[in-house]
Parts: sequence; structure tokens; C-alpha cells
Amino acid sequence: MNKNTNKKASPDLFNLVQRFSVPLMFILICAVCIPLSGLSANMLINEIVTRMGRNAFLILSLLIPIMAGMGLNFGMTLGAMAAEIALIFVSDWQIVGIPGMVLAAFISIPISVLLGIFCGKILNEAKGREMITSYIMSFFINGIYQLVVLYLMGSVIPIKHGSIKLPRGYGIRNTVSLLSMRQKLDNLLAIQIAGVKIPVLTFIIIALLCLFIVWFSKTKLGQDMRAVGQDMEVARDAGINVERTRIISIVMSTVLAGFGMIIYLQNMGNIATYSAHSQIGMFCIAALLVGGASVDRASIGNVFLGVILFHTMFIVAPKAGAAITGDSMIGEYFRVFVSYAVITLALVMYETNKRRAKSAAGQQLQAAQDAEEAAGKEKA
Amino acid sequence: MTKDKFKAALKSFGLPRLIIAGFLLLLLIMAPFVGADLPTQISNIINRFSWNGILVLAMVPMVHSGCGLNFGLPLGIISGLLGATLSIELGFTGPLSFLAAILIATPFALVLGALYGWLLNKIKGGEMMIATYVGFSSVSLMCMMWLILPYHSPNMVWGLSGKGLRTTISLEGYYIGALAKIGQINIGAISIPTGTLLFFALLAFAIWAFLHTKTGTAMTAVGSNPAFARAAGINVDKIRMLSVIMSTWLAAIGILVYEQGFGFIQLYMAPFYMALPAVSAILIGGASVNKATIMNVIVGTILFQGIVTMTPTVMNNMIHMDMSEVIRIIASMGMILFALTRKTEAAK
Repeated sequence: MNKNTNKKASPDLFNLVQRFSVPLMFILICAVCIPLSGLSANMLINEIVTRMGRNAFLILSLLIPIMAGMGLNFGMTLGAMAAEIALIFVSDWQIVGIPGMVLAAFISIPISVLLGIFCGKILNEAKGREMITSYIMSFFINGIYQLVVLYLMGSVIPIKHGSIKLPRGYGIRNTVSLLSMRQKLDNLLAIQIAGVKIPVLTFIIIALLCLFIVWFSKTKLGQDMRAVGQDMEVARDAGINVERTRIISIVMSTVLAGFGMIIYLQNMGNIATYSAHSQIGMFCIAALLVGGASVDRASIGNVFLGVILFHTMFIVAPKAGAAITGDSMIGEYFRVFVSYAVITLALVMYETNKRRAKSAAGQQLQAAQDAEEAAGKEKA
Repeated sequence: MTKDKFKAALKSFGLPRLIIAGFLLLLLIMAPFVGADLPTQISNIINRFSWNGILVLAMVPMVHSGCGLNFGLPLGIISGLLGATLSIELGFTGPLSFLAAILIATPFALVLGALYGWLLNKIKGGEMMIATYVGFSSVSLMCMMWLILPYHSPNMVWGLSGKGLRTTISLEGYYIGALAKIGQINIGAISIPTGTLLFFALLAFAIWAFLHTKTGTAMTAVGSNPAFARAAGINVDKIRMLSVIMSTWLAAIGILVYEQGFGFIQLYMAPFYMALPAVSAILIGGASVNKATIMNVIVGTILFQGIVTMTPTVMNNMIHMDMSEVIRIIASMGMILFALTRKTEAAK
């Protein structure tokens, strides 16, 4: 009996530490690296604010599939690719500034929806391994994206301006300049506080998305998603169309990721046509996990904590690495390693917790059986 | 009746696989007409088969024990790279350095494989995703290590600073062609690396024979029905661990064989995406997430490498557009997606 109560008390503390182990580890890394990097506080805060405006929308797009129990949506890259195609068109039509961005957002919607439906349908065929499937999906669609952008644009799909085409006459250049849109959204309504530029409008848009997500989780559809995430069979018995709900969650995530990518690229000021989307999924997922999210539970708070901690590490690691070892490459590799290690750790913790819950249920059953058997023996 | 049979056969064969095989057949038929040099092409396919065969073979043990496709292949490749670089660092030259590399790589592969197997036993059901990220983490960790570890051999480190390994290291004077040159046959433009093919055959036979021993049958049993295997008194965790160690070791040997054919050691981010071609090759050969045979390995590697070598030349000669990279991505990723969506017993 005594042993039992002990067991009960320690896992709570253990769970708490385990749940926040990744953010704690990151706070430690940042605390060590910031003084070593020699960056001024002003510069650091400026960078973090910029990166928050750049990335927060993208990371928020990951929340809805997690709600629906589909894990981390590595297929958010699909939305990013849709946004890039839309932006290529808009810059070819030479529509500049905010109107260009809005138009790009509208063009990206049908592409994102189509890709999202395709992805959702495939994921419904691969229940229980959504993450690896969505991960491979991002590679598969990347192949199609290259086919479209590198071979069809300019030869089949009309592209007027030579400046974004490859010299051979078809295909898009490696970088497409977005100079006409560069930081247009960030600079509108921007304010300076103590030398830190705050892109107010971008933050307002991010805040609106947060409100939307909070509101959405309370609607009927949002509740359905939660139910599907909890237990698909129970949700189906309750009359929820599980397949449809899952597809909707992926479509929403893809569309939002597309919008997020437009915000991201207007901040960068150019599109790296063939590589801009390739790392986006990994960095967004790592940032979300650093914020204390897990594969089946993530909140808006996780997003913001994650952006701050992850990007602080990202900014200071190369400088700190150079200060310690005299080689800046080590810091570069270190931050890539940390990104992957965090995702690995989070996945391992998720799976072990799932198994522990399962085996705990099994042990309870075993104990009940043993008790019954013992009772039976006593009778005999 | 025959129609149903045909349909069933088609279903088990899979549409993507049919498209890929048909595509390769088309390429082979078209090659002479568009002026591609067929003997050179065939020679290329045979050579590339001999380089990649063992990396694909490394999928088999883990698929058999129900651990799924080994997306963690880079972990084994890292062991191989450690063996290769240490063998050169320790001063071995010529074909002897190949033997030394294998011997040095083996303990690394066994230890890393055991750790990897232990981890995969903790997370049954989520193997493939975690394997992918174990591979990525280990590759990026080793990126730092290649810079930090105290290598000194002037043939491997950056000339200017005298430390940190180079991105590509030439094997000239070391084990370039160590296997391929053994009994090499040259008929016109076709050259056959007999030694490499024999080495592959030896390992493939060893795996085949192993799968027919008592332990090997137990491995298949664990893969097809873990509950039944446990009831039959098989130590499921131990068998799974063994399969992971075997896969990791094969990957280590596989990369060494690849290097002796290719002629260079590629470090840093090179092993990053090496798992995906191997995974899609075995799937194209007819394997599924929980079933793979040696035949799948051979057929799959030939088909995959056939497409990789044939598409650029044929496409270039035909439409003056090199779309091979895109076709390769779409074909191989499409194949993996198809395999992941099949309903299998192991997907519980």
C-alpha cells in the first residue's frame, strides 16, 4: 500500500519535469550561449521580434492537425509551395505591395485546398502513421512542384517577364526577387520602441489568427476534431464523419501554412524558388516542440514560447560556437543538430508515454485478474 | 474468373510498381532509337547495382522483424564512415584498407545498432518516424564530430588549417575498386565488377540462409505476429534488437562497398538522404512495409538504378530536357507513399 502511494506521487513530479524538459533545456542553452555570443541586448531583441513576426503564423498552422490527433503536420510544406507558386504569378503580373500579397493569398487558396484534400485522403489511408506519410508526402509534392516550376512554367504556363525566367526560356530562376513587397506588411504601422522595430500589423494578423483558433476550437467542427483526436472509433459511433473531419483539418492547416509562407517571404524579400520550403516544416515543428508542445497536445502559448527560445538559440549558436571553438561552422551544425534532436526527443517521449498508458491499463487488468484468482483459490 | 485473377495479381503488384517497371521497359526500348549507347547504359546499371545492392539489403532484417522500413539507415552509414576514415587515419593503404575499414566499422555498427534497437523497442508502433529522426540527428551530430575529432592524415583534412575532415575524400591509393577489380570482366563497353557482385551475392546468401535458421524463422514470426511469437516463447525484444543490429551493420558494410565503387568518401550532409533511395528501391522490387525477400532487393535495385541511369540520357536525347531528377523524386516518393498506405497487419 505504502509503495503504491509513493508510486503515485513521484510520477506527477516526474511527468511535470518531463513535460517541460525541452523548454528548460533550451533556457539553459540560451543562458550559456547569449553571453558567449557577444550580441547586444538591443540587437538580440530586434532579431527575435523580427523572427516572431516572420514565423509565428506558419507555426500556428500546425495546431489544427494536432487537435485532430494527426500529429505534427510535416505536410505544411504543401501550403508553403502553394504560396510560392502564387507569389511567382503575382510577381510576374507585377502587382506590387500589399495588394500583391492579398492577391497571392487568394491565388494560393485553391492550390492549397487541392493539395490539402489530396494529402488528407492519403493520410486517411495511412492511419496510425500519419507523420511519416505526411513527411514523405512533402517530398513527393516537392517533386511535382519542381516539375511545374522548373519545366512547365514558361513553356506551358505563360510567364511574361524574362527577369524571373531561366536564360533557357522556361523554368523559374533560383531566386525570385520580391523587392516590391519586401517588408511592406511589416513596415505599415510599424513602431520603434528603444531602437526595436515592432511590425504591429503583422502582429495584429497573428493575433487575429490566434483568436480564430481559439474560436474555432469551440465550434461544433472544432469539438468534432477533438473527439476524432481522442478516439476515432468513439467519434464514429457518435455520428461524426471521421474521414471528412480529418481532411478538413489538413486542408485548413495547408491553407494557413500558405498564408504564413506569404508573410514569411515578404519579410525575407525574395523567394529561394527551390529551397525556401524544404526546411520550413522542420524548423516550424522544432520551434513548436521547443515551446513545450507534444505530438498530441499543443497550445498557442507553446507557439510563442517556442519561437522565442528556438530562435534565440538559432541566432546565438553560430556566434557562441565560434567563440568557444574558433570555428563558426560548428555552431551552424550545432543548431541543426539541436533542431533534429528536439524533434527526435519529442517523438520518443510521445511514443513511450503512449505505451506507458497502455501498459498501465494492462497492469490494472492483470491486478484485477490476480485478485479474482486469489479469491477463487481462497474459496477452494 | 481469369479477369478476377488478373485483377488480384494487379492489386498485389500495385499500380505504381507497374508504372515504374513499364517506364523502365519503355526507356530500354527507346534507348537505341534516340541514339543512346545501350552497352554503356547496361554497364552503368550493373555497376550501380553493385554499389547500392548491400544498402538495399540492409532493409531486409528490420522489415522481417516488424520494425518497418529502416529510415534510420544513416546511422549504419555513419559507422561505415567512421570505419573508412579511421582505417585511412591509421595508415592502411591499398585493398588492405578496405578490410581494415570493415573491421573497424563493425564494433561501431554493433554498439550503435544495439542502442538504436533498444530505442526502437521502447517505441514499438512509431518506428519509422523515429528512425528517420534518429538518422537525421546522428548525421548532424557527426557533422560537428568530423570537424572536432583529431584526424591528422593529410589526405583527409583541410589543407589550410590542417584539421577538420574534407567534404569528399578521394580513395585513390586506398580501397578504390578493392572489390570491383577482383576478376573484373570487360566485354567491349560492358565491364562487370565481378568481385563486388560476388560480395553482394555472399551477403545476400548469408541473409537468406539466416532467415531459414531457427532464429531467422523466429524473426519472421515476430514480424508477422508479435503476440503469437511471444506466446510461442520467443523473446520479441531480443529478436527485434538483433534485426536492428544486423540492418545497421549491413548499412555500414553497404556504404563501404558503395565508396569502393564510387571512389570517394562523402562526409557531412551526404548520408542525410541516403535512406530514401534504398527504401524506395526495395519497395519498387515488390516489398511491403512488413514483408521483404532477397528477390525484392535484387529486382528493386536493378529497376531503381535502371531508372536513375537511363532517364537522363534517354530524356536528353529525346526532348533535350533533363527531367531525370524530377522523375526520380516523383517515382521513388510515390512508391514509398503507396507502400505506406497499404493496410498491413503490422499497422496495428
